[in-house]
Amino acid sequence: MKKELIELRVNSRSYELAVEPSKLLLDALRQDLQLTGSKRGCDDSSCGACTVQVDGVPMLSCTMLAASCERQEITTIEGVSGHGSLAAIQKAYGDWGGAQCGFCTPGFIMTVTHLLAENPRPTEEDIRGALSGNLCRCTGYSQMYQAIKAAIEAEQKGMAEAR
Amino acid sequence: MTDFSIIGKPIAMVDAAGKTTGSGKYTDDLNLPGMLVGRILHSPFPHARIKRIDTSRAAALDGVVAIVTGKDAPNPYGILPVGHDEHALALDKVRYVGDNVACVAAIDEATADQALELIDVEYEVLPAYFDPEESMKAEADLIHDNKPHNLEKDYHHVFGDPDKGFADADHVAEARFIANEVTHAAMEPHSTLAQFEIDSQTGKRGRLTVWSSTQVPYYLQHKLSLVLEMPMAQIRVIKPLVGGGFGGKSEVIPLEIIAAIAARAARAPVKITYTREEVFWAHRGRPRTIIDLKTCVKNDGRITAVKARVIQDGGAYCSYGVVTILYSGALLGALYDIPNIQYDGYRVLTNKPACGAMRGHGTVNVRFAFESQLDELAAKINLDPADIRQRNLLQPPCVTVNGLRVQSYGLPECIEKVVERSGWKQRKGKLPRSRGLGIACSHYVSGAANSIIRSDMPHSTVNIKIDRDGGVVVYTGASEIGQGSDTMTAQIAAETLGCSLGRVKIVAADTDLTPIDIGSYSSRVTFMAGNATLRAAEQVKKQIAAAAARKMSCAPEELIFRDDSVFRKNGHVGTAAFGRPAEQGSSASVSGRVEGQILRGSLQQKRKDEGPKDWMTFEEAVVAAIDFHGALTGTGSYAPPPEARGGKHKGGGVGPSPAYSYSAQVAEVSVDEETGEVTVHKVWAAHDCGRALNPVSVEGQIIGSVWMGMGQALTEEMVWKDGMLMNPGLLEYRSPSSVESPEVEPIIVESIDPEGPFGAKECSEGSLAATIPAIANAIYDAVGVRLHEVPFTPERVLAALRAQRGQKKINLTEGIDPTAPAKFREHGGSLWFRGKGPERHPLDPARREGPAEAAGGD
Repeated sequence: MKKELIELRVNSRSYELAVEPSKLLLDALRQDLQLTGSKRGCDDSSCGACTVQVDGVPMLSCTMLAASCERQEITTIEGVSGHGSLAAIQKAYGDWGGAQCGFCTPGFIMTVTHLLAENPRPTEEDIRGALSGNLCRCTGYSQMYQAIKAAIEAEQKGMAEAR
Repeated sequence: MTDFSIIGKPIAMVDAAGKTTGSGKYTDDLNLPGMLVGRILHSPFPHARIKRIDTSRAAALDGVVAIVTGKDAPNPYGILPVGHDEHALALDKVRYVGDNVACVAAIDEATADQALELIDVEYEVLPAYFDPEESMKAEADLIHDNKPHNLEKDYHHVFGDPDKGFADADHVAEARFIANEVTHAAMEPHSTLAQFEIDSQTGKRGRLTVWSSTQVPYYLQHKLSLVLEMPMAQIRVIKPLVGGGFGGKSEVIPLEIIAAIAARAARAPVKITYTREEVFWAHRGRPRTIIDLKTCVKNDGRITAVKARVIQDGGAYCSYGVVTILYSGALLGALYDIPNIQYDGYRVLTNKPACGAMRGHGTVNVRFAFESQLDELAAKINLDPADIRQRNLLQPPCVTVNGLRVQSYGLPECIEKVVERSGWKQRKGKLPRSRGLGIACSHYVSGAANSIIRSDMPHSTVNIKIDRDGGVVVYTGASEIGQGSDTMTAQIAAETLGCSLGRVKIVAADTDLTPIDIGSYSSRVTFMAGNATLRAAEQVKKQIAAAAARKMSCAPEELIFRDDSVFRKNGHVGTAAFGRPAEQGSSASVSGRVEGQILRGSLQQKRKDEGPKDWMTFEEAVVAAIDFHGALTGTGSYAPPPEARGGKHKGGGVGPSPAYSYSAQVAEVSVDEETGEVTVHKVWAAHDCGRALNPVSVEGQIIGSVWMGMGQALTEEMVWKDGMLMNPGLLEYRSPSSVESPEVEPIIVESIDPEGPFGAKECSEGSLAATIPAIANAIYDAVGVRLHEVPFTPERVLAALRAQRGQKKINLTEGIDPTAPAKFREHGGSLWFRGKGPERHPLDPARREGPAEAAGGD
């Protein structure tokens, strides 16, 4: 298949790529941009390990064509930590055991950051519902809820201190 | 000393940031210049002879670099020395749908996929065996010619006097239990990258480097050497981050060898990553198990004898099978005091993907049967199910009737804790109809006392190097697979040396750099690699202490290592905690870390002039030790003691462990009597892990085990039809999502094992087995039906409920496909072999074409 030139905007930077029209966003990220934080865990968009945000909305990058994402703002896990330090949610996932093998973690964090942007004070039921599109095989999810609650607290404390 | 500075505190794993930022590299994240993509052609038949393979059309395709088949690597291998029955690519026969036939290495995935379509294979289809009890009757068309009746192995053990036990009993329960097949489904699909170097001296192909998602890098190195006919020293195996294993990566998986063969043929690096469907075929999960169990008790609840006949549907190859069938029998012991045991175990070959080791290896399905039956007996003699368990406790230290040595034994406390936390005494039997509580217990080994390759070598060895910078580098062969192995190693080294965690760097699981460790399986790492780390650190500490004591003019035994400093036990100042002057402590850290080498040198000179000290910084002590000894390294190794290695009977090598973990659980469930759906509301899980080195990780392992057990109990099942897996996708397999997952309350019980590192034992597997019977017993408590087949799907629960009411069974597959098994579920997953599979039945819904038959007209 003949390649086409596209421009992708990923983590606030623009990249010009030559890709087949059939190329999936996940493959463009992993192979062309070496952004390997987004993972492939299944064949049929069932696991959520490849979740990225497209214009702030969590999407499965394994079922999107790279070429269809032009002029959209893509955020991957590599774009979550700012200033060379962990974001509150990343720190909390480490501290509370939200990540064990870590393979599903980037996908979860992309889902959770969207949840918290939409709903800064989610109930446990809100959290369970939001996470249900991502699968984890290690944690049984419980420690993720603790991590998310801890991240919310840390964010609020940080904001209070900044004031 | 029970006052620890590093261990026992909840900390983030040392590699957590790499995982939460996406910067950590798993095998599939690695790329090499000129790397090719490998794709594997799989068998569409469950049992067939390969008459001919023609790769010429595929080889002619532009972009195809190499195609390899069985004859490129004809040596057989297998994880067990007694089970060398696999070929990376089939030589003459395929034995399951998905068996490996050929591999294409091409410039990209699309080209490789296209080439697979162009490989012509002529098969002679043979009769296949799918049911273990049928397979055992086979006379002809055997799966392996040297295994009559398709019997991989059978064992017949008698301990004590079972006949006397049966005669002495007041009550007997006897039933058949079935646990269906489940798989690990780790989130990371297997991946391997292989590269050959060119030797500088000979100018020819030289060393091989393999990066692979493995739990057992050293076994992989060994098997690669066997198949590729290369010395082990010429092979380097590196384990990058591994995205979960659960046993599925605890042996050599075909792609690991195929990638190396393909790289050899292609003269270029080759990476193969399985699709999720291929992961299901690679399998090595928990076999479907048929358990005929008889348990006998006295009126007071004491168990007098147990008789178990276990048949495991092992799939097409041996894999860990011989060990699995032995674990099923051996670990009937060491949980309760059972004086008489009769065990007959049959590991049977069938034309399905090979089963192997999965979390709770061999013990889980038998534990489900036993704990269900014990519950039944408790009801019979009108005893509280928690009490009947308390009445059959071991009296450690002891050796069980089948030769297992038990020292630390936290089971009584585990039972007490879950009974208390769940409100068992107040709530049991008083919940509304269709809601119930159930209790069950389980245990597991902290590593096998005998390694699978018989030898006297240590099971774990660890090296430590400390240089003048005060950095502690620990070289361990132990494999971090997400369970926290690297963190545990760092904690033990830092605690022993009294230095901060930040000083410790872990170099792990690289066969060129790290000393041998037999791998991350049978929950052996904390106990064995942990002990080796402890010993290596103590050796280094001794050297530092000798040098520091000279400087401080005291005996080495008087020194305490803690908080990045070395000080005398009864230092004269004693102002700050542990006798270390506070203001000096702060200036030392400034000199060491911030102001650098030059200032530190002058500070040391100043100290020298001042004469002997009561304390030194860790760095100063290290420098003193290097000046004194010339170099600062330490080595520690661990081999299980001979007393823990078990009985001498045939098969007695499997089951013994230096220590056992214990678990007791209470599950609260409700059952929808209209639909048969079971909901688990909460599980209280108490686990005796000896000592919790990192409580957050221990709790994570307990919750994860309970959760995985719940998956097997309620939803997870590999569904087969004519040897074809009907649900090779994560959603169809039904790995539970967050909305289906109950709250789990982990309760840590610490029995402080006399031989564990700081008293620690395993915590990652032992909890799984109790969850399934706890749920089964809770269902019984809720609606009064005793379920004998796992998973407890709505169909099975509803069937049991209807049988209880004397109603006719609902056949959910009625009118769909008469040849489908009752457990048939529609295959909604990925494409199967691009249309190359066997003919589907005309009524099979997946075959319906066009909108004519589909009601919605979609």
